[in-house]
This record gives sequence, C-alpha cells and structure tokens, in this order.
Amino acid sequence: MTAPLLDVRDLAIGFPGHVVVHGVSFHINAGETVALVGESGCGKSVTAFALMRLLPPTAAILRGRVLFDGTDLVTASPAAMREVRGKRISLIQQEPMTSLNPVLTVGAQIVEVIRRHEPVTRSAARQRAEELLDLVGIPEPRRRADEFPHQFSGGMRQRVMVAMAVACQPRLIVADEPTTALDVTIQAQVLDLLDGLRRKLGMAVLLITHDLGVVAQWADRTMVMYAGRIVEQTAVRPFFRHPRHPYARGLLAASVSDAGDGHYTTRRLREIPGSVASAAHEPGCPFAPRCPEMIPACRAAPPPLERLADGSEVACIISVPSEVPHVAAFG
Amino acid sequence: MSALSQETAFAPLRGPAVIRHRLLRASLHNPSFLLGLAILFTIIGIALAAGFLFPGDPQDMVGTPALWPGQDADFLLGTDSLGRDVASGLAHGARVSLLVGVSAAALGLVIGTLIGAVSGYFGGWIDTVLVRLTELFQTVPAFLLVIVIVAIGQPSAPVIALAIGVAAWPTVARLARAQFRSLREAEFVTAARSLGYTAPRIIFVEILPNAMAPIIVTASVMVANAILTEAGLSFLNMGDPNLISWGSMIGDGRPLLRTAWFLCALPGGAIALTVLSLNLVGDGLNDVLNPRSGLA
Repeated sequence: MTAPLLDVRDLAIGFPGHVVVHGVSFHINAGETVALVGESGCGKSVTAFALMRLLPPTAAILRGRVLFDGTDLVTASPAAMREVRGKRISLIQQEPMTSLNPVLTVGAQIVEVIRRHEPVTRSAARQRAEELLDLVGIPEPRRRADEFPHQFSGGMRQRVMVAMAVACQPRLIVADEPTTALDVTIQAQVLDLLDGLRRKLGMAVLLITHDLGVVAQWADRTMVMYAGRIVEQTAVRPFFRHPRHPYARGLLAASVSDAGDGHYTTRRLREIPGSVASAAHEPGCPFAPRCPEMIPACRAAPPPLERLADGSEVACIISVPSEVPHVAAFG
Repeated sequence: MSALSQETAFAPLRGPAVIRHRLLRASLHNPSFLLGLAILFTIIGIALAAGFLFPGDPQDMVGTPALWPGQDADFLLGTDSLGRDVASGLAHGARVSLLVGVSAAALGLVIGTLIGAVSGYFGGWIDTVLVRLTELFQTVPAFLLVIVIVAIGQPSAPVIALAIGVAAWPTVARLARAQFRSLREAEFVTAARSLGYTAPRIIFVEILPNAMAPIIVTASVMVANAILTEAGLSFLNMGDPNLISWGSMIGDGRPLLRTAWFLCALPGGAIALTVLSLNLVGDGLNDVLNPRSGLA
C-alpha cells in the first residue's frame, strides 16, 4: 500500500487550562472522502484547523505529528506553511455569508488566490477565475466575477468558496461543515459539486459534519469523534450496518432511518442520555458515564483505538472481541 | 444563447467602471455630501487661485487701515489695523490652513493606522506595548504637545504640520486597533490565512479596506481639528511668522474686536465653514464607501 496523503499521529491540542483533543491518529488516502463526525464541541473543527495550523492564538498543538506528503506540518516553518495553505490544502468554512471579503469583488478574490500561488499574469488568472466560476455552476461567470459577495445568495457564495478552494488544484480539501448554513436542497447541490470536483481533480476531502445523512451519501470512510478522541473509524457501509462503538450506535439510533420498505421508520427515536460534559473528569473511557453497556473495567483507563480484522478501528473494550451481540442492545 | 446577449448587454459595466458607477450614484443621492463637497471645492479653488486673484504679498500694507467691508471698492472685505487687504489674507490663509490641516491629518492617519493595525492584528505583547505608547501620548494634552514641539523646533509650516500630526495619531490608532481586533476574527480573514496569504497582505488588502470607513470619517474630522489647532497656534503667535493664516488674522484682529469685529469674524467664519464642509464630506463618505449601503 502506498503511503497515505495525510497521516496524523497522536495529535493533541490544548487551550489554556484544558486539553480538547487527546491524541488522535488517522490517515487520509489520496482521492478519498473521509467524514469526521461527532457532536458540537467534540474537537472536530479544532482538529481540522490544527492540520492547517490555523488554530486561534490561545490554542496550541501539544504533541503529535501531521505528515502531509511526507512533511511534518506541525514543525514546518510559517513560510512553508503558507505555501501549503491554499496550494496543497484548502479550507472551506461553515459560513459562506462571512467567508468572502465584503469589499473585494468575487473575481478579484479568486484572481488573488491564483496569483498568490502561481506565476501567471493578471489576465490569465482572470481567465482561470471565470472558468472556475463556470465550473462551480455560476451562470454568466464573466459578469458575476465583477460583483461583490453581498450580491450572491448563500448557496452561490459557497460555490464561490469551492471555486477558491480548488483554484490551485490542492491535494486535500478540508471542508468544515460546508453545508450547515445552507438549506437542504442547496446542501445537496454543493456537496454533489464538491464530490464531482474531487473526482475530476483527484483531490481528497476531509468532510467535517454532524449530519449522518451527509456521511452516508458522500463519504468513503467515517471517523467518529467523542470528547476529543476518535472512537471509531470504519468504511461507510459497515458503519451504517454494524456500528461498533456504543456511541456510534447511539448516534444511529437517534437518527431517522429507512425502515426497509421505502418509508422512514416510525419507531420512537432513542436519545443518548446525559451530555458530553460528563466526559470532563472521566479517568476511563470518555463515553462510560453515558454508555448503556458500561462495565467496571471501562472506567479504569481510556481504551486504545484498536484495529480489527476488516481494517476498521474502534476504541471500546467491550466492542473489540465480538461486535455482533451488542447490535441488538439498542434495538 | 441568452447568456451571451446578457453578457454583452452588461459589457460596458465591467471592471472598475461598475465601482465608479456605483460610487457616483451613491454620492448623487446624498445632498449633505454634495453640499460639503461644494463648499470644500470652493475653498480649495480660492486657495489655488489666491496668487492669481490677489497678486502680491498679503502681508503688504495696501490701503487705509481699518476700512469696513464695502467702504472701498478696492478692498471688498475691508482692511485690518495695518491696512492689509482682508480678502487677500483670507485667500492666502486658506492655502496655509488647508495645507497644514491636510498634511498633519495625513501624517496622523498613517502613523495611527499603522500602529493600530499592527497592534490589533497581532495582539499579545506587541499590542500591550503599542497600547501603552498610545496611552502615553493620549495623557499629554494634544495642544500643549503641539506647542512644546513647535517651541523646540522653529515655527514653520512643516514643523507645525508634523507637531499636529504627532499629537493626533492616538485617536486613529485606537480606532484602527478596535477595527482590526474585531475583523481579525472574521471568517474571511481565516479564509485568507487558509489561502496562504502573509500577515502584511492580510492587514493591508483584506482587513484595511474593511476597516477604512470609520477611519476615513475620522480623517475628515482630523483635518478639521488640525485646521483648528493651527489657527489656535497662530492666534497665540506661535504660527509661521512669514505666512498669513486664518488663526493669525483672528489674533491680529483681537485688539480691534469692539470697533472692527469683522477682522475676527471673517477668518473665524472661514474656519467654521471649512470644518463644517469637512464634516459633511466625512459623513457622506461613510455612506458612499459602504458597499452594503443598499444603493448598489
């Protein structure tokens, strides 16, 4: 197997006074879409921003390595980091309404990105910008390029953000909840667009979301985060069929699913009792205080992320030996 | 293809033309801005044409002293106690006032924006040091600082402009710092960082244009304040003795205030009108320069 495009090893991130990400390890292969799911505040976005070293000034990477194409981004110089950003890793943020500079025209913003990373003339960059706007499905790109962001709708702005992100053909796109602020039909359009471009340009996508529907439709692999740890990592199909970690099972039991006859199930949705705050001073598994299958051994030490025979990984001492009996537990 | 015909229909509006068009339309809808501009351009026009309208040194004694306006057709606005033409003084004084006002404000603006931008964008110990420096300047009364600097140097127009600029920057610095502090958290700034831009580029290209509106408004008020400060200095006889300015005309007219009050009122009115026009322009620019003002 070739080396993965992105290989994160034991990455820990802290804010003053507390650690928010406790040593996560994962990899992304070239060209694949990996979803990172979890509830608000579990450390998804912080992890993503840490990959690009865009953490807020108070946060710091405590330990770990982020190997991207063989170089460690944690120890890279600021200048080297600027060459990586936008050129090899791009970011798409959650809020398309505020992610574009309000005083510059859309075309100028795309032109600047291209000129920042590639030695092209202004007119050539302008030509590329118009092609990119066309590529992301903006009608009349020549005219629209001269308009300001406030003249675009939310979905159109997110398309512009996608155009800027792919402008220099990066190897990896980090999409931090790219569709949370959009309505559902626009959400599907933007994700289809992103997926199409991923195939066309051969990029990998790290898709951060809390929407399991998005994961099912667009991701190849999924990683579940809970309280700053990755608790499960599986390909998408097995994840939805046999989630291994009790938290993942809880998430799926709490979402509306297909009953098998073409209709949505009408069963009562199950919530996961308690809140993520209970993980704060837990010496053992962070999910133990809320876990319906908790056994005393769970509270001794956080379980390591163990690799299973099929290549998936799970951090749960009761799920590792045999997963089948527990599937019934949530009904 | 309909898209193509649409495109050609809009072709004349492409590029900067779109922006110019919008600015023009926005300004035409703003009567107070137009009034301010009209007054300001009239004053600038008079200042530029001073040498042509009133050839010769305005300090020369040309007529009977203390002529009232209208008393002599040669001196429409009268003469002062030394027989100098008041109209000529006003026109030549406009040059000094505007020049000192604009250059002092420009200097204060550059220093203040730079310090405020760096301080607000980087934060941390850089911010602490620069804020302390700003506060140090703010604790000294501005007018006294100007007097001290002018007293140390010689009272010439460049030194006066420098002194006023040095005393005026803390206001801009605080304003720019506040703007940069809030804008550096904006998502488009994170986006800019995620695209690999350097800090200077983010400061000047991404944030500064967004922070400009309140700074421009302050700039016009700064020009007005600088003109007032220069007038105050000249009134106190600390102005450039070789140049006539509105402040020195008021100072010279003071002994005759009861008999010939127009000697103070005319230059005073000129100062008031200039300051008013600058405030109107600043206020109007605030609306016009805002791309979200709804007139686009």
